[in-house]
Amino acid sequence: MSKLKLSKDKINEARNYATDIAMQTQEFIDVHTTVTVERTICRLLGIDGVDEVEVPLPNIIVSQLQDSGNLKHGVATYIASVIKNEKISIDDLASRIMSNNLDLNEYAPLRKDEVIKILQPYITESLFKIKQNRIFRENQQLKYGRKSGPLLYVIVATGNIYEDVVQAKAAARAGADVIAVIRTTGQSLLDFVPYGPTTEGFGGTYATQANFKIMREELDAVGDQLERYIMLVNYASGLCMPEIAAMGALERLDMMLNDSLYGILFRDINMKRTFVDQYFSRVINAYSGIIINTGEDNYLTTSDAVTEAHTVLASQFINEQFAHKAFMKEELQGLGHAFEIDPTVENGFLYEYSQALMAREIFPNAPLKYMPPTKHMTGNIFKGQVQNALFNMVTTATNQSIHLLGMLTEAVHTPFMSDRYLAIENARYINTTMKDFGNEIEFKKDGIIVNRAKQVLDDSITLLEEITNIGVFESLERGIFAGIKRPRNSGKGLSGVFKKSEHYINPVLDQMIEELKEEL
Amino acid sequence: MGYDMSSKTFNKELDLKKLKPYGDTMNDGKVQVSFTLPVSNDEQAIEAAKELAKKMGVENPLVAESIAIDETFTMFIIYGNLVHTVNYDDIEVIALENDVLSKYEIEDYIDENFTKNIVVVGASTGTDAHTVGIDAIMNMKGFAGHYGIERYRNIDAYNMGSSVENEEMIKKALEVNADVLLISQTVTQKDVHIKNLVNMIELLEIEGLRDRFIIIVGGPRINHELAKELGFDAGFGPKKYAEDVASFFIKALKKD
Repeated sequence: MSKLKLSKDKINEARNYATDIAMQTQEFIDVHTTVTVERTICRLLGIDGVDEVEVPLPNIIVSQLQDSGNLKHGVATYIASVIKNEKISIDDLASRIMSNNLDLNEYAPLRKDEVIKILQPYITESLFKIKQNRIFRENQQLKYGRKSGPLLYVIVATGNIYEDVVQAKAAARAGADVIAVIRTTGQSLLDFVPYGPTTEGFGGTYATQANFKIMREELDAVGDQLERYIMLVNYASGLCMPEIAAMGALERLDMMLNDSLYGILFRDINMKRTFVDQYFSRVINAYSGIIINTGEDNYLTTSDAVTEAHTVLASQFINEQFAHKAFMKEELQGLGHAFEIDPTVENGFLYEYSQALMAREIFPNAPLKYMPPTKHMTGNIFKGQVQNALFNMVTTATNQSIHLLGMLTEAVHTPFMSDRYLAIENARYINTTMKDFGNEIEFKKDGIIVNRAKQVLDDSITLLEEITNIGVFESLERGIFAGIKRPRNSGKGLSGVFKKSEHYINPVLDQMIEELKEEL
Repeated sequence: MGYDMSSKTFNKELDLKKLKPYGDTMNDGKVQVSFTLPVSNDEQAIEAAKELAKKMGVENPLVAESIAIDETFTMFIIYGNLVHTVNYDDIEVIALENDVLSKYEIEDYIDENFTKNIVVVGASTGTDAHTVGIDAIMNMKGFAGHYGIERYRNIDAYNMGSSVENEEMIKKALEVNADVLLISQTVTQKDVHIKNLVNMIELLEIEGLRDRFIIIVGGPRINHELAKELGFDAGFGPKKYAEDVASFFIKALKKD
C-alpha cells in the first residue's frame, strides 16, 4: 500500500525510460575497454605488487600494450600467450615484469578459446576466493543475525590506517554497524592504485589492498567480541573503479561507493571512461555480494534540494537500470539520497519526509543509502545536532536502510572520536524512541507530503523522457545533471579508453556474468 | 546542578581592559569546555580532567558529564570560571577589507560591470600535491555548501590541479587570457610555500606580467598580511570560500 498514493503506471513509465537510457549506454560500453579494466583483469589473474619505483605491475603490463597500440586486443590474450610460449606461471610472468625482463608485445594474441583454457586455473582461483568471502559474510550475518532498522554508518578519515583502526573499533563498540574509510583527497584522480599499508593521507586514507586487509581483520575481531558483523566500506570510484572493486572483493569489503555519473560530474572524469569502468566494477560488486552506494546525494550539495529533487529520483532510476545491466540484485543496490534542504525553508522537513518515503516506496527492495545534512551545516555545532536529529527522525520513520550519520562538527573538521560517539548516541536514541512511528501515521490525501511526492515523480518522468530522447552523452554535455556540463571528449582518463578489436576478450568478466546469470 | 546559590563577590562592571567570558553575570568568566582523554571513565579520569581544566585557567571546574565513549576513552563536558582576561582595546586585526557578496550577487556584478566572462586560472603550485584547497574554491561541488567558482555562470574557471610549476601556470594564464590567478598552498613544512610563492612573483616581474593579473594565494597557513608582504593582491586563510575570493577579485578588477 502506498502511503503517498503514487501511481504504479507512472513509476513504470519512469522505469521504462531509465531502461532505455541504460540500454543505449550499454551499447557503447560493450564495445570498449579501458586501462583500468585491463589492470583489473591482471589483478584478478593474481598479478599484484610494485616495481622498485612503486609502479604497480598491472600498470606496467597495461602500459606496454597501450604504448604499442595493442591494448585493443585486451591484456588477457597477451598474458595467456606469454604463459603458453614461455611455459611459465603467472607468478613467473610477474617477476619478469618486475625485473623489466618481459615485453608482452612480442607474443602473438591467441584464439579466444585458447585464452580461456590457459587462464582458467587463475580465474578459478580468484573467483573461488571471492566466493569464499561472500559465503563467509553471509554465514557471519546468519550467525549474529541481521539487524532490523537502519544500519548505522560512520566515516573514519585520519589518513593513517592504524589510527583509523582505533577510531573504527571505538565506533563499532559505540554501536556503528558500517565503517567507511574515506580516501585521501585526490586519490580518485590517480590512474593507479597505491600499494602497501599507508600512514599519511590528507582528509582521508589511501585505498590500498593492504589497508583493506588491515581494517578487515580488526573489524572482524571487534565484531566477534560484539557478536555483530561490522561492515567495511570503500570507494570504487574515480579512475580506478574496477580495480578497487576487485581489491574489495578479494579483501571482503561489504559496500562500495559506486556511481555511474558521479566521477563525470564532480571529478571531471571523462564520461566514456566512467561508463565503461562502472560497468565492470558493478559486475564485480554484484559477483562479490557487495552493496553499492550510489551518489545522488552529491547533486544536492551543488543544486537546490527543493527545486532539483527530481534529478535525484531520475538518477536513482538510471542507477537502478545500470545495476540491472550489471546483473546486480536489488538487494545490493544502495541507491542514494540526502537530507539537504535549507533549514530556513518552511515545511522543509515535510519535503524531506516525502522524498525519503517516496524513495522507499519506489525502490522497496533496495538498501537505500540516506545521507545527512552537510551543505547547511555550520560552525554552530549545537544547531548541527538538531539538524542531525531531524534527519535521524526521517531515516527511522521512512525505514531507510543505510543511515550515514551526520556529525555535529561537519563544517569544522574531520570527526573527533567524540563527534562520532555523539552521532551514534543521537541516532540510537531516535531509532529507539520513534521505532514504529512510521507504521503509525498516514498522510492527508491532498496534503503537502502526498502532493510533493507526486510532483517530484512527475518532474523526474519529464526529465527521464528528455534524457531518453537525446541520450546520456548529450544530456551530460548539456548540463542536465546538477547543472554541470561535461563534453564527451574532454575530462580525465579519456586517453585510457579503447575500442575493442574483434579478438578482444575479458575472460574474467565473461565468467562472472555467466555465473551471475545462473543466480538471477 | 540546579541554581547557582553562591554569592557573587566579583566586580560586575564591564571593563574592556579586562575582558572575560560572560555566562549569566558580568565578569563571571563562565566557559564550557569539552574534550576526550584516552583513559577509562573513573574517578581518576575525572580528577585528571579537572586538573587539565585548571591548567587552562578554568577555576572551580565542574565536570558536568563524563562519558565512556570507548573502553579507554572518556569524553568530558566541563564548566568553570576562566581566570584569564584580555585587553580588548589592545587587540589589532589586519584584515582584508572585503564586502562578501553571494554567488548570485557576484554573477550580477559581473554582468553589470564587465563585458565578458572573468577568466580564472587556479592551481596548487610547486611540489604541493594537495588539491583540497583549490578544489574547495574552484570545483563545482565547492566546499561546506559553498559552490566553487566553476559553477558561476559568468566565470570561466580553469583548475590545473596539483603539483603545477609556476612557469606552467603562467603559460596557461597567458594562453586563456586570464584575469585572475588563484594559487593554493597546503603543504607548509619548512616554509616551502614561501619560497615557491616568492618565486612566482619574481617570475611574473621578470616577464613584466605582474600587473596583468590579480594574484591571490590561499591555504591553511596563509593570511592577508603575509600575502601582501610577498607581493600578492590578497591572501585567504581557513574558512574562506569561493564567494570570499570572487567578491575580492571582481572588485579588484573593476578598480584596474
